[in-house]
Amino acid sequence: MSKNTVAITGNDAAAYAIKQINPDVMAAYPITPQTALVQKFSEYVADGLVKTEFVTVESEHSAMSACVGAAAAGGRVMTATAANGLALMFEIVYIAASSKLPIVMPVVNRALSGPINIHCDHSDSMAARDSGWIQLYSENAQEAYDNTIQAIRIAENMKVRLPVMVMFDGFITSHGIEMVDFLDDEVVQNFVGDYQPNNPLLDPEKPLTYGPLDLYDYYFEHKRQQAEDIKNSKPIILDVAREFEKISGRPYGLFESYQLEDAETAIVALSSTAGTAKEVVDEMRAKGKRVGLLKPRVFRPFPYQEIAKALSHLKAVAILDRSDSFGAFGGPLFTEIRSAMMEFGKIPENIDIIYGLGGRDINEQDIEGVYNQLDAIAKSGKVKERIQYLGVRE
Amino acid sequence: MTTNKQKGWKEIPKGGLILEAGNSEKYETGSWRSLRPVRDEKKCTNCLICWVYCPDSSIIVKDGKIKEIDYDHCKGCGICAAECPVNAITMVDESEFRNEKTEKGGKK
Repeated sequence: MSKNTVAITGNDAAAYAIKQINPDVMAAYPITPQTALVQKFSEYVADGLVKTEFVTVESEHSAMSACVGAAAAGGRVMTATAANGLALMFEIVYIAASSKLPIVMPVVNRALSGPINIHCDHSDSMAARDSGWIQLYSENAQEAYDNTIQAIRIAENMKVRLPVMVMFDGFITSHGIEMVDFLDDEVVQNFVGDYQPNNPLLDPEKPLTYGPLDLYDYYFEHKRQQAEDIKNSKPIILDVAREFEKISGRPYGLFESYQLEDAETAIVALSSTAGTAKEVVDEMRAKGKRVGLLKPRVFRPFPYQEIAKALSHLKAVAILDRSDSFGAFGGPLFTEIRSAMMEFGKIPENIDIIYGLGGRDINEQDIEGVYNQLDAIAKSGKVKERIQYLGVRE
Repeated sequence: MTTNKQKGWKEIPKGGLILEAGNSEKYETGSWRSLRPVRDEKKCTNCLICWVYCPDSSIIVKDGKIKEIDYDHCKGCGICAAECPVNAITMVDESEFRNEKTEKGGKK
């Protein structure tokens, strides 16, 4: 434990990262469970600890609009939101990505209404998965802090210039107190560096236009550019992770493999559930069960080749989705991974476990039950039910 | 319509940005027109009310007199004809000009 280790909530850890990044502009509107993050950061502003222009807006639509304006003007810009707030800013979320503005936004995952609910699931950020933003998922407060800092470098890389969402689980991570190792202010400042604007509006020597009408003659070409740019962000994400490891000692990749290499069965789970699953893996490994875990960190761009390869040796895999895609063949993570596995000849048996909607708890016994089910599938080669709902009352 | 003359996705500025100021002049909106304003030089008093009202700056004036109508950009909205105090401008169906080249080669 270093001198910089503190007991802190995920929201406060993310707010501290933003304080150390010291962006030019932060425009945000409070929404549970993100409120404490923005509240904490507004204290830093009020105390004069950052030079940030804090824009208090009347809605999330305005928050993201202000961010787009400030980023186009040539500033380093951040905001944060959750659930219905993300839904309200949706129109401008797409515009931020298509205008190539490197805004960084923590999204504290919360169930979308309705019925109204304030607790964790991933329906909010998963709804934004096609918006053109890079998406990083964080298991705990430490990762929320680390990913927020790395997101700046990823977003602002001249080969990328795309906005980044940093997700962590509402209440579980945002309000739970954990030990977090902070970097020194100067280390973070040196890591993120000075902001380099690209085509800033506030350059009278170089007048230009953001957001013009773009009809059937060029819109498609601009979408094709977006597809290429987010695809090309993958090596940059890994470069930034390698540099971040040098200053923090903490390694990051496209995903984390936990006891996966020699596993016979495995679970794929995002964010805090992966932390619970690690405990179960340890307990089952102690009993001689060859179980493993894959925790995706980067969901956009989706590392389909790497994930499919990492799972290809398994006998059976369960993909855990903390959101549903109503009417689809499984949740968002399942459809991506099952499709990705088609890239390889050998496809492990696979099931989708939709769980935890609206903050429904998932505990160690639940996860152990999934591993036991995978064991039965591996032995019999038979899947009774491909898409399952875990923890819902019949 | 897309044509082969248009640039590919690797050749255009990212993010839909327009990096060149004032280049909307290159966008020939005259092709949108279904009715063409035709000016009767004998009736016209060069009061320039049409020049004031034209939303597309398509009334071209030289030395205080109307020189021509810019058919490359005129969308045929008809405001000039409606505002002309001496009814010197008539809106004529574009089909009447199907076989005729405009003065500046503007689209029909």
